[in-house]
Amino acid sequence: MAGLEKKSTAFDDENLSGRSQKLFFDITEEENFTYYGNHEVDFNKRIEIDCEKLDGNQLNQKIRDALRDGYGSVVIKNPGAKHALGVGILNKLNLIFEGSLGYFGVGCIDGPTVRINGRVGWSCAENMMSGKVVVENNAGSCFGAALRGGDLIVKGNAGARTGIDMKGGTILIGGNAGAYTGFMMQRGRIIVCGDVSANMGDSMYDGIIFVGGEPKSLGTDCVEGEMNEHEVRWLEQKFKNAEIETKVPASKFKKYVAGRMLWNYDNLEPAEKKGILG
Amino acid sequence: MVKKKTIKKTTKKTTKKKAKKDSTSSSGYKVVGGAKLKDKEIKSSREKMIGQHIGYRYDVNLIPDYKKITPFLKKYIDIMGWDDLNWLEDIHMGFEGENPAVFDRNANAWITLPKKMKLPKDQQDRDMVARELLIKFQMSPDHPLVQLKRTYAKGDNFKLVE
Repeated sequence: MAGLEKKSTAFDDENLSGRSQKLFFDITEEENFTYYGNHEVDFNKRIEIDCEKLDGNQLNQKIRDALRDGYGSVVIKNPGAKHALGVGILNKLNLIFEGSLGYFGVGCIDGPTVRINGRVGWSCAENMMSGKVVVENNAGSCFGAALRGGDLIVKGNAGARTGIDMKGGTILIGGNAGAYTGFMMQRGRIIVCGDVSANMGDSMYDGIIFVGGEPKSLGTDCVEGEMNEHEVRWLEQKFKNAEIETKVPASKFKKYVAGRMLWNYDNLEPAEKKGILG
Repeated sequence: MVKKKTIKKTTKKTTKKKAKKDSTSSSGYKVVGGAKLKDKEIKSSREKMIGQHIGYRYDVNLIPDYKKITPFLKKYIDIMGWDDLNWLEDIHMGFEGENPAVFDRNANAWITLPKKMKLPKDQQDRDMVARELLIKFQMSPDHPLVQLKRTYAKGDNFKLVE
């Protein structure tokens, strides 16, 4: 812990509390950096899997088997835009796809770093918890739907409803984004280096959308905010990490946030009651 | 005569007490664990009814300051093979009631901090402590999800490796 020594802190005689958690946790236990029960993998141990004659389930099973054998780097040859490839990986892993993915690629992942040397179909990295996904080409609709955390990067363009219902994490789009980008987003950050189509940030509850180009129109409750220097530095760092060169410098990006008009629950509830009670 | 005087004194005391109470509630912020809670924002009728603030009680959109990253977090990033804090960018020190706490999305519960623990006043520093705490909690073999997995997981793919 930051500035805390194991034996001289308040943790020694007081377990953390909060609902039922105090029964389970002891801060003085050994430091772990991965989930308990995850496979120990070595990034230098590499395996190649040819996907040409495999379906989605078979390939996902092969990836799990590789994890069990301690492989930290897995290369998938000929993915052939098959659907639901690389889903449900809850382990740290370096996963490379030498081709394009179909629908629901790398969904529900928690930890891996994925590079896709091709395009992705609808709902790529849906419900991703943590990790990093880099798409070298374009992405379809609902890119990063319900994203919870982690970095999702597409170097080309992304389709409509990018980051729909996202609850955390960062989506970085090197090109343009489609209509309803950030629709109903509740938290997290979307960065679009190019332009955005109609109704950007419609019904957003919270979170930030950074745009390098121009949004065609703003959706309900999406308003322009003020950028600060700290955010500019953070944007520059993200571009550097993602190896994306922008036409516009980070300081010229525009920031959009929720107007928080949808937070006014008081006006909604009596109306609902009236509707129910007649 | 004597009785009247005593009555007057007591009424004065009560008015003073009332005035004190009023000043604390109207002054707005209450300092808890080094942070200011926005209790003055409890103003809508709905919030008054439930006696609770609606919405976050900290800046949910605050982007982490990488100058304040701790050695523990650096080590975590290295081990995971990432460039930055990744999912931890969304982790902030919040509150459960009046106690500083961090929310664990996996267990769907707040982990409150011990009352003895002194926290830094700066939100960025507090967030770094929250991130460390959450990693420690989530990666613990005693995490509630480990218990659940041990009890209910089915199939070879989902069995706990021990």
